[in-house]
Amino acid sequence: MSGANDPYDPKEVAALSAENLDAAVQKAREAFAGAADLEALASVKPGHLGDRSPVLLARREIGALPPKAKAEAGKRVNEAQSAIKTAFDERHAVLQVERDERVLREESVDVTLPWDRFPRGARHPITTLAERIGDVFVAMGYEIAEGPELETEWFNFDALNFGKDHPARSMQDTFYIAPNDSSLVLRTHTSPVQARTLLNRELPVYVVCPGRTFRTDELDATHTPVFHQVEGLAVDKGLTMGHLKGTLDAFARAMFGEDSKTRLRPSFFPFTEPSAEVDVWFPEKKGGAGWVEWGGCGMVNPNVLRATGVDPDVYSGFAFGMGLERTLQFRNGLPDMRDMVEGDVRFTQPFGTEA
Amino acid sequence: MRIPVSWLVEHLGFDEVPTPDELAEAFTRIGIEVEEVSPLGPVTGPIVAGRVVAIEELTEFKKPIRYCQVEVGPEQVNNVICGATNFVEGDSVVVALPGAVLPGGFTISARKTYGRTSEGMICAADELGIGDDHSGILVLPTGTAQPGDDALELLGLNDSVIELAPTPDRGYAFSVRGLAREIACALDVPFGDPGVVEIPEPEGEAWPVHIEDRTGCSRFVARRVTGVDPTVPTPWWMRRRLMLAGIRSISLPVDVTNYVMLELGQPLHAFDAASLSGALTVRRALAGEKLTTLDDSVRALDTDDIVIADDSGVISLAGVMGGASTEVQDSSSDILLEAANWDPASIARTVRRHKLPSEAAKRFERTVDPALAPVALERAAKLLNHYAEGQIKPGRTDVGVPALPEPVSMPIDLPDRVAGVRYARGVTARRLGQIGCQVSVTTSDDGQTIVTAVPPTWRADLVQPADLVEEVLRLEGYDTIPSVLPPAPAGRGLTEQQRRRRTVWRTLAEAGFVEVKPFPFIDPSVFDSFGLAADDVRRNTVGVLNPLEADKNVLATTLLPGLLETLQRNLSRGARDVALYNIAQVTLPRAQQVPVPALGVDRRPTEAEVASMLAALPQQPVHVAGVLTGHRELAGWWGKGRLAGWSDAVEAARRAAQAYGVQLRVVASDLLPWHPGRCAELRVGDWPVGHAGELHPKVIEALGLPKRTVAFELDLDALPLDDHRPAPKVSAYPPVLLDVALVVDASVPAQSVSEVLGASAGDLLEDIRLFDVYTGEQVGEGKKSLAYSLRFRAPDRTLTVEEATSARDAAVAAAGERLGAALRA
Repeated sequence: MSGANDPYDPKEVAALSAENLDAAVQKAREAFAGAADLEALASVKPGHLGDRSPVLLARREIGALPPKAKAEAGKRVNEAQSAIKTAFDERHAVLQVERDERVLREESVDVTLPWDRFPRGARHPITTLAERIGDVFVAMGYEIAEGPELETEWFNFDALNFGKDHPARSMQDTFYIAPNDSSLVLRTHTSPVQARTLLNRELPVYVVCPGRTFRTDELDATHTPVFHQVEGLAVDKGLTMGHLKGTLDAFARAMFGEDSKTRLRPSFFPFTEPSAEVDVWFPEKKGGAGWVEWGGCGMVNPNVLRATGVDPDVYSGFAFGMGLERTLQFRNGLPDMRDMVEGDVRFTQPFGTEA
Repeated sequence: MRIPVSWLVEHLGFDEVPTPDELAEAFTRIGIEVEEVSPLGPVTGPIVAGRVVAIEELTEFKKPIRYCQVEVGPEQVNNVICGATNFVEGDSVVVALPGAVLPGGFTISARKTYGRTSEGMICAADELGIGDDHSGILVLPTGTAQPGDDALELLGLNDSVIELAPTPDRGYAFSVRGLAREIACALDVPFGDPGVVEIPEPEGEAWPVHIEDRTGCSRFVARRVTGVDPTVPTPWWMRRRLMLAGIRSISLPVDVTNYVMLELGQPLHAFDAASLSGALTVRRALAGEKLTTLDDSVRALDTDDIVIADDSGVISLAGVMGGASTEVQDSSSDILLEAANWDPASIARTVRRHKLPSEAAKRFERTVDPALAPVALERAAKLLNHYAEGQIKPGRTDVGVPALPEPVSMPIDLPDRVAGVRYARGVTARRLGQIGCQVSVTTSDDGQTIVTAVPPTWRADLVQPADLVEEVLRLEGYDTIPSVLPPAPAGRGLTEQQRRRRTVWRTLAEAGFVEVKPFPFIDPSVFDSFGLAADDVRRNTVGVLNPLEADKNVLATTLLPGLLETLQRNLSRGARDVALYNIAQVTLPRAQQVPVPALGVDRRPTEAEVASMLAALPQQPVHVAGVLTGHRELAGWWGKGRLAGWSDAVEAARRAAQAYGVQLRVVASDLLPWHPGRCAELRVGDWPVGHAGELHPKVIEALGLPKRTVAFELDLDALPLDDHRPAPKVSAYPPVLLDVALVVDASVPAQSVSEVLGASAGDLLEDIRLFDVYTGEQVGEGKKSLAYSLRFRAPDRTLTVEEATSARDAAVAAAGERLGAALRA
């Protein structure tokens, strides 16, 4: 090394020669390229860019040069240093990408491991179906009405035009409430909500009522003594059986798809006149699309309107009712009604919170 | 009701008789439900009438076997093995010869059986596909056929039986007459009414009859036929029809009454006149009276039962079943025929009371045509006269005045307005005429066209315009009614309560609970297993009079019994980690049970009447309840699982309430069936709404449940529908986080400490959370340390640590003052 004021001939300052600088750049490039990872690169860095690296040592000799040579030598050194720096940065970037990729690779896991730490819950499919039916009718402007399961005979039978000893009353297979003369029953259908609605609400009314109902049928594959129905009731001026049909068709489409529709067959219910059985066209019926018995319906019997203080000469209405277990049974192809009441979690769990 | 097609079409003027399926479709379209269409047979090959020549009883077998010689054609006798014994030599029978094929593809061939060769089979009715009688082989009335006659024609096998289930309002449809008329209307064909016959003028009474109870019996008609030859068998054609209708042949007089009932719909009764003593009286039974009915049961009568009595006492349970003492016997030749109109409601009650449904009662319950009695008697008497040489006595008893249907008027376009259809002009009048109404059309003062229909005597169900409307609509076809959506009203959507309830339903499912729906019927002894005190309010249940399972005879006052039973079922099927919930009504009797008022239906009940009716109903609030056992979090490759504990029950209840928009407070409680030290009472403010925690070990043992099973139950209807409209102002300034550990007596509830800290830390406190509970040596006997993290923040500036610290110190001081809390050293 030469001191700043040593009277050496610039030609003697070999470190600043273009050849030496080029060689230093070349050596640095080779060293960087030879570094296999970021750690190796860091370890070779001081030898080429550090204070004691050839290029920085060469820079110290510039002061010994005559002024007119300084500029040129300085430029040469700068270019060499810059070239080494660029080589370093490029190599560093490459190695960093490699390192990042390796780290991510090493952190990979078997994502197929099962995750069932928190067992899944589920709503009963009847609940989901009832909610869905409610939504269909709420979207049509209906409201959801409710009523108690233990009901007076007046609401369950009398107000619905069931004569005291009419066979229709004994056909309902009623659970009676103690004591003998209590005049209380477990509701045999959701229809008492019709009478409650007409007593409670301002006209016009458009309501549906999903709910639990009771009949003394022994539990088997197709019967259960405790089951669910959905009741619909509309009372307004000028309602016709055509409106009933239109509503049922819309209901069927919402439940069973756009190709579905309903068919009415004359029947008898004390609380409707005319009355009809409803068949629904079920496109996904087992063994091919076809009609399936779905429920009952009709025009509200004027006697029901009178018993609840509605003038049958001004208002008319329609009502319908379907069994939810039955609907679920044919819609989902459920083979056995008992599964719906026994509460085995293996039955309910697959339904999740929607079905 | 089962009816052969050949009988049905006898009264109809078809150019071409429709197929049974076409008839069934027509019935369905107009509202007579078809249960089944069963073609008879099929039977092919040689089936002939035969005469039994000789019978050899084979006795070496376990059951009686007969080896018969049967004449099956001119000078042709076949040997036939037969297992039935209801025939004698000389009887006329039906023989399937080798080559014949019976229903079910059963081919007859000559074969060896019971050590003999059998050249054919003597047939029972069911083997021929006519009815289901297999009580013996079919014995034809003498003279019905000659040996060798083709039996296929004789048996009328080219026929079908339609089984129909008319709705209970249409009593007239329980007869060939009524059903044929329905088809006439449905298919627009001429109808010859078998109910229209000439009734001769009577000469005097057939028998003295007094009706004491005019409500129970509106008309009683009697006719007497004497000199009936009791040996005459029922003609084959009648037996065949009865058989196909599902009615067993008994004797000619009885068969005639059944035949006329099926044909016309009027049940008849035949008395053995020789067994009657004195005049007949129609009255209600007296207390203590008994009757031995035709089925040989002795029945204690109710004072509501309508009976027929003579001088000997009660002889018939009117309209339901005759008595044994006056029954037509094999030797009876003097027959008194009765046809009456009984009060449908009384008959229905008698049927229910004595559990005695009968063909007659089924028709009387549904109202029998009040004009039919003399017609039916005339028909029956003529049949007895024709077939058994009975002499019809000139007298006829006819007491009582039956009510006839009243005229019904309505605007002639009412059917159009109800259906939403414009029917062709004249349709309404034509259809009403077709079903038998006398129809007149008038114009009212305000210019409306009014149709007035006098219903026929058999249509007691037509009492108001809506009934006439249904007739027009069903006969025109419901398929002509258009499908039109009514204009949508503006609905208000779900109620607040309905929306929140749905959220609870969903929240528990998302929290890992599976919804089940146990029946509400419970065995009250479950409350003994629960260890409830004798006066516990939950034992105050409502009973069911006719439960399906005798011991589950009360309605649930709590959802836990049903849930725990369902839990047991799941465990018995191998489940281990189970969380169940149920949302349902429970039934809670009122402290003061008041009777249900008797209300009519001719007007709207008053507000007071409605209120008293509602007050008579038990309260039925909706509860939510859940049970858990096994793991709440499962073990797995991630590490250990966590068993469900008391706090999971409390958490579930709190989450359910939060979903409803309510924050529950928790207070230590001691209520069975919960563990006395692990039972939380859940409160809204100071109002208890439910309980949660671990079940009492004794209850767990009594019910055979896994240890540490936990449960909660909440009265969902008791939760307030609080307005929940938070409007938080979110400060962007940094928080100051401070922890504090307080030592308190072990008996001090954590919730109290949290509440005091929260209330005393001032407005700067943003959040407080208990993060650790410690008991042990470091805090001393009977003490516990509660560690809280407090987050302070100012809305308008960066809070200094000094400010936060002084707020914390104030809170700690308050806790010290009120709860004796000390900062943990």
